[in-house]
Amino acid sequence: MTASERIAGTVANYVDERTGAAKWMKKNLTKVFPDHWSFLLGEIALYSFVILLLSGTFLTFWFDPSQREVIYDGSYAPLKGLEMSAAYASTLDISFEIRGGLLMRQIHHWAALIFMAAIVVHLMRVYFTGAFRKPREFNWIIGVGLLTLGIVEGFLGYSLPDDLLSGTGIRIAEAIIQALPVVGSYLAFFTFGGAFPGEAFIPRIYTVHVLLLPGAFLALITVHLMLVWYQKHTQYPGPGRTEKNVVGYPLFPVYMAKAGGFFFIVFGVTAFLGAVASINPIWLYGPYTPGQISAGSQPDWYMGWLDGLVRMAPPLETYLFGRTISWNILIPGLIVPGILFTGMALYPFIESWMTGDKREHHLLDRPRNAPNRTALGVMSLTFMLVALINGGNDIIAITFDLSINQIMWFSRIGIFVLPPLAFVITKRLCLSLQRADRDLVLHGRETGRLVMMPHGEFVEVHEPISPEKAWLLTQHEQNPPLALEEIDLRGVRRPGVLKNKLRARLSKAHAVAIPKVTAEDLKAIENH
Amino acid sequence: MKRLSQFRRHRIVAPLLLVLALLSIGTTFSIAGAATGEPITAAERSALIDEGQRIFLKGCSSCHGINLEGSAIAPALIGVGAASVDFQVGTGRMPVADMSVQIARKDPVYNEKQVEALAVYVASLALGPEIPGEEHLNYERDGSTAEGGELFRTNCAMCHNFAGQGGALTQGKYAPTVMGVKARHIYEVMVTGPQSMPVFSDKTITPEEKLSIIKWIKAAEAEPQLGGASLGRVGPVTEGLLVWTLGLGLLVGVAVWLAMKAR
Repeated sequence: MTASERIAGTVANYVDERTGAAKWMKKNLTKVFPDHWSFLLGEIALYSFVILLLSGTFLTFWFDPSQREVIYDGSYAPLKGLEMSAAYASTLDISFEIRGGLLMRQIHHWAALIFMAAIVVHLMRVYFTGAFRKPREFNWIIGVGLLTLGIVEGFLGYSLPDDLLSGTGIRIAEAIIQALPVVGSYLAFFTFGGAFPGEAFIPRIYTVHVLLLPGAFLALITVHLMLVWYQKHTQYPGPGRTEKNVVGYPLFPVYMAKAGGFFFIVFGVTAFLGAVASINPIWLYGPYTPGQISAGSQPDWYMGWLDGLVRMAPPLETYLFGRTISWNILIPGLIVPGILFTGMALYPFIESWMTGDKREHHLLDRPRNAPNRTALGVMSLTFMLVALINGGNDIIAITFDLSINQIMWFSRIGIFVLPPLAFVITKRLCLSLQRADRDLVLHGRETGRLVMMPHGEFVEVHEPISPEKAWLLTQHEQNPPLALEEIDLRGVRRPGVLKNKLRARLSKAHAVAIPKVTAEDLKAIENH
Repeated sequence: MKRLSQFRRHRIVAPLLLVLALLSIGTTFSIAGAATGEPITAAERSALIDEGQRIFLKGCSSCHGINLEGSAIAPALIGVGAASVDFQVGTGRMPVADMSVQIARKDPVYNEKQVEALAVYVASLALGPEIPGEEHLNYERDGSTAEGGELFRTNCAMCHNFAGQGGALTQGKYAPTVMGVKARHIYEVMVTGPQSMPVFSDKTITPEEKLSIIKWIKAAEAEPQLGGASLGRVGPVTEGLLVWTLGLGLLVGVAVWLAMKAR
């Protein structure tokens, strides 16, 4: 035993005698995680969150969340002598007077955009592979909650500097609050502590932005990760991988090193963006005044779809019992997002209701093997993409010499036509891929080698695929649709006929598949 | 003479001579300086008008009419003034190349001298806004950048964007970027209100305020890219695009690399 080993042993023993950590560490440090790049997407979100906490803390040292009027006397000449809020002036000071302040501001903002983008791609991975199925429904709901909170938190951060763009965004948020029937005006007054813009809003959202929501994030992320730990990570199907095991590498040392290194890479990429690319140049926007507005006022991308929906809404209003209901804001600003996010949160339960599948799943689906789910996902993404494109319609119009009206009409029609079209196309693609898989297993890989037979016929030589690959292509389950007879075994009509009919139809749609290759199929071909 | 020779050593003489010298230099300079800004002589003026008429008949009259009366496809130019001609022709918008949606800025077809002749000719038939002289365009001296920024954000940014990069209008029309436009042309555009743009009369925005706006635009033009690549100064759209392409592209690339099996 060398000296250093002896010292390490002494230290470890000292700690263990006082904390009993050895047993816990021994169990958990060897915990196995499966290896796949798509399992690192959630990590990007986690590390961006850490970067947000660190850079955000730096910014709080100098940011003054107050709407008190001050005269700017900093080093940015084009704004010198102007009246502005202390919030805006202090953000200018962070940008121009504080050493490293601008870099930190830009890192904070880029990290926020990366955080949201990573959440979305992580969500896509979880959705398309069916990782949300039992027992992971709660974690799915927590994830949807984190996404929703992320949108709110990002919007509040965008609003804090009190520049012209911030104020415009807050004005739209106020309009959405006011669009709530009956209580809207009162809620807006409560939120702003009086008429817009007032002096209360920035201090209030500051507390929410730096205290309440980060606290909620920490709690939810902790639960999210604890559940992953407890339920163990899902894995892609493959030889030797079952519903009962996890094939991969131990946490220590493999994932400690990988995850630790990945954190620094995420930090590096964010810092790189912060150093080379300008983001939210508030000094160009100028201080917020309700009388001013800029062309091309946009929210950050994660709110862009919402802006796009509001932009495409036709001017519908009704005047009932002395109250105006602005459907043009209410529908795209509250009702549609409400339906979308509720549907997303409930999807695991909807799917298990459709399929009648109440079993645990730890092996992931290949997206093609769940055509209905995959098509539904692509359909939702198409909806979001059309809305997002319309959110930037003015920038697209001026960049590509297009008419903003045409883009709007494209979006108005496209938002109804394109998602169903995407659904049909995706489902067909999935089934085609299944058919290709079937062909591959039955006939092997096309080698591209042509052979001329003695009688002059040309044939392409097929090579059998490896047993591992054949396993991968045939391991998935293909369950028949639910049998929901209207009459039960005793000859009595079941209650809820309509519900059952709907469920049977959905279940049938969900079970559509190209029959996978069975052992009998292979035998038949061998005898052939 | 004796009195003079005695007086010349008086102590008041030196300051007096200094004042006289400055006065004469100032007077000479102001006369000489004014002479260049002085309206041209009647003969020169009529020569210019003739030259302008010649260019107009050749290059403009097929649309705007022989007597500026306009036609089905082009407006009458009676009373548009020299400022309008100087802006439209000086920025290359006229003669027009493509009449589809909006007349775009391009390299001018006529040189400075020809533009001046055209402007003088059009203004000679009916009065309108004049071309501001250089002495009225000293925005460096007479303007205030901060005030100009406020005025720009109040009056211009809703179409031309917060940083003067331009923005979309309805039906494919657009407010062009105000970067790289001569101060004189910016002034004229506010006075004449071409195409979709409103006129900002001297009552709405005083001449001094116009100079402040020009000063702010010139400051925005010269502003270095403070936070790194400016991404077009059009707001969050390009930022979102960059984060989904470069940002996430890099990170997902690294994730793929990290999850690769060691060989």
